[in-house]
Amino acid sequence: MVQPLETLVETSSQTAGPYVHIGCIPSFAGVQGVYAEDLGLSPISNGAQGEVITITGSVFDGTGWAMRDAMLESWQADASGRYPGQHGADPAVSGFCRFAADADSGEYTLRTVKPGATQGRNGARFAPHISVWIVARGINIGLSTRIYFADEDNSADALLARIEQRPRVDTLLAHKTGAGTYRFDIRLQGQGETVFLDL
Amino acid sequence: MTDPLMPRRREVHPVPYWPEYKTSGTRSPSLPLLSMESTPSEETGPRFGHSLIGPHDNNLIVNYTQGAASAVGERIRVHGRVMDETGRGVPQTLVEIWQANAGGRYRHVKDTYFAPLDDSFGGCGRTLTDDDGRYEFMTIKPGAYPWPNRANDWRPAHIHFSIFGHAFGQRLISQMYFEGDPLIDRCPIAATLQDRSQLDRLVAPLEMQQSRGMDYLAYRFDIVLRGQRQSMFENKPEGM
Repeated sequence: MVQPLETLVETSSQTAGPYVHIGCIPSFAGVQGVYAEDLGLSPISNGAQGEVITITGSVFDGTGWAMRDAMLESWQADASGRYPGQHGADPAVSGFCRFAADADSGEYTLRTVKPGATQGRNGARFAPHISVWIVARGINIGLSTRIYFADEDNSADALLARIEQRPRVDTLLAHKTGAGTYRFDIRLQGQGETVFLDL
Repeated sequence: MTDPLMPRRREVHPVPYWPEYKTSGTRSPSLPLLSMESTPSEETGPRFGHSLIGPHDNNLIVNYTQGAASAVGERIRVHGRVMDETGRGVPQTLVEIWQANAGGRYRHVKDTYFAPLDDSFGGCGRTLTDDDGRYEFMTIKPGAYPWPNRANDWRPAHIHFSIFGHAFGQRLISQMYFEGDPLIDRCPIAATLQDRSQLDRLVAPLEMQQSRGMDYLAYRFDIVLRGQRQSMFENKPEGM
């Protein structure tokens, strides 16, 4: 026998299901009047520093169908690479956004500021990126990934460097489609499957 | 500098693909996840303040009508504590729930089950944990309902939970089931947890001592989020 370890075990995930919007984005589900407004409508408010960008995309299932019921959340640093709450962070950047694939088109839109590069422990460097978390019916535990930008220098990024099959890096890159607009599609399975993260 | 998160123990979570839960077939990644130590993106996260929370937000019996009427159903109190893997309470964190009404019908544009909507029930609630990580909701017990999967599948009564913690890497969505429900063992979604002891931890016991006579029954549901590793060696250069 040894001393018992007094650590707890994380509560198991269960799928968010098809009605996740009721709890997370009530107005999307048609539930009005409980809350004054949905949580996480925008990651920025007026006066946020940096380049305002709009990212559009879809979440595709293994058959290539753009899912109509996915819910996404994003979290990011401000334009100078500081996370909300950290010293000197831009007060106009909450960093958090919640958005859903459109019920008709399956497209999502995220309007935010382009984040700055960040640093981790031991000098690890991270190119500008937005963390994304995806839940839906049929997803048994939320899927994490990152949006990087094809028009940034990603060569020193400590996470992208871990991807052995180099063509898969492209699954994490948003590509510019116009002035301040980007495209980022997420593929859950099969050809071009997005790199999902376990961090 | 923030502290690294304890690695997620994937073995206590559902398998991504479970054939009897048909939708998971095309929505589960087939390639391995990319694993590495957490970074500031996972170790920081959104915080929400009390100004967000309205007076009725954690009372689903009355929050849809803002106190004008009560929802139909068995009145229950659902309460518990949000902790991390170290056992510490997680204070001031947002807990959101959503559920079907007493007849098993969701107030959602996509739910077409013929059980009727309840004019006095919306089905969502939220609250912040207190300084010790405790939370509570008043609601009605949701009904079981059939769903399109195999020809005759029914969801056990359940309440969906969404919890933030203090780091984006702690983000968790799960479901609470009710003690004694015979549909739990027949549910393909519950069965995505291959380890029965983990499923048992999602089943809230009836707690008579926290129930109130002539008013409500209480169910207890504690939640554990990932912890953060703390060591005085943590900020030394690698290998030193």
